[in-house]
Amino acid sequence: MASELSKSPVPDAQSVREQSLAVSGLACERDGRLLFEGLEFTLAPGAAVQVEGANGAGKSTLIRTLIGSASDFTGTIAWQGLAFPRGLAAMRASLLYIGHYAGVRRGLTPLENLAWYGAGQDDAMRALELVGLYGFEDVLCQQLSAGQNRRVALARLYLPDSPPLWILDEPLAALDVTGVAGLETQMNCHLRRGGSVLLTSHQPVNIAPLQRVNLADFSPRMAVEEELHRAV
Amino acid sequence: MQSESVGDGRKRIAEPVLRPAVPAAAPGFFTLFRTELTLAVRRRSDIVNPLLFFVTVLALMPIGIGPEPEMLSRMAAGLIWVMALLSTLLSQESLFRSDYEDGSLEQLALQSQPLYFPVLAKVLVHWLVTGVPLAVLSPLLGMMLNLGQAGYWPLLLSLVLGTASLSLIGAVGAALTVALRRPGLLLALIIMPLYVPVLIFGTGTVQAALDGYGYGPQLAILGAILAAAAALAPLAAAGAIRISLEN
Repeated sequence: MASELSKSPVPDAQSVREQSLAVSGLACERDGRLLFEGLEFTLAPGAAVQVEGANGAGKSTLIRTLIGSASDFTGTIAWQGLAFPRGLAAMRASLLYIGHYAGVRRGLTPLENLAWYGAGQDDAMRALELVGLYGFEDVLCQQLSAGQNRRVALARLYLPDSPPLWILDEPLAALDVTGVAGLETQMNCHLRRGGSVLLTSHQPVNIAPLQRVNLADFSPRMAVEEELHRAV
Repeated sequence: MQSESVGDGRKRIAEPVLRPAVPAAAPGFFTLFRTELTLAVRRRSDIVNPLLFFVTVLALMPIGIGPEPEMLSRMAAGLIWVMALLSTLLSQESLFRSDYEDGSLEQLALQSQPLYFPVLAKVLVHWLVTGVPLAVLSPLLGMMLNLGQAGYWPLLLSLVLGTASLSLIGAVGAALTVALRRPGLLLALIIMPLYVPVLIFGTGTVQAALDGYGYGPQLAILGAILAAAAALAPLAAAGAIRISLEN
């Protein structure tokens, strides 16, 4: 096990596929509009994927499909070799997801929010200190700024016993420069200990090894439209 | 381990290369309940508004329909029950709304444990902060509306059992409409018909007591409705939440 971790986490293509989140031929639509098709990528342990794309390109839909919130897709998503929906339960058991709506309750304090996620008092205090919320543990989240609320959500990444797969939708939104740097450090740590990260972001993220997936490369071919043109 | 996977690509790896996946720590029922109670106590207006509505409208009744004691005493049980029903409905709309909007409902849905217990915890708190105060206040309002003394206990007991059923049934409607920005009348249309049996046996309890009969059977039926609702309504609400989250 130890030698495995110290080695490069890419032994060969097939086993990588079996240890990780593998997406192939994925097509998603929203409200009758095809967002992307033929999407392929593999998220191996110790690796990160950044999903890029213009507003409305389908980044959030992709994330919601990957966590199983939206079941309307064609193609295959597999977790450790098990295709959805069979692999979904196992995938969720090792998932830490922070969405666009970060799951921070505004009527609770940061400490209570982390306790709701199952964190012990000491761990929660340490995590809040690490995200720069020292002294704000007992202030109601509705009195904190947008960036501070985002930090409360991100504090979950600093808790011990973190699940191996992080899926983060726009984690850098509303963060200041030091916040971004801190988050990048934490993500790098997570990658080094064999975890994997999938995130969406509009700004460059300084983590390694990072694979960038641009949804514009998978935009649907306008077959129907072309045909219409020809007919006219 | 590595040689296994290299030798035969199709073979499943016996052990994941990473640490074994630790299931995300799911908050236990007590944690859920305590969190909901904390939130409810901090949002005091959500508790006080339905109660105030209940008391105000009932205080207006004698002015509206006239102060004759006999007429009021005949209508008292029905009026109190209908108002309890309406104020429960009023407070039901916001049951899942803030959790839906801040994303914590989605986080709950991602956990491996069923949504049954989180929903039950929410409904229990909703009942504690709306139904129980209504029931406790009801004898006082009964006195104001000249309800016969024999009706005080049956009214209180029937409201304690009945409002719990109302909270549970209403949770299904709230879960179905949580993704809508303004459910308003739709919520009422969905759950009002389901409220009717509770209303019938609730007022029936008080009426039986006022007429000098035993009210045990009516209370027993209210209890049976509550038992059925406690078993089934959270399941239905959990299903409805999953549907609402898909959009």
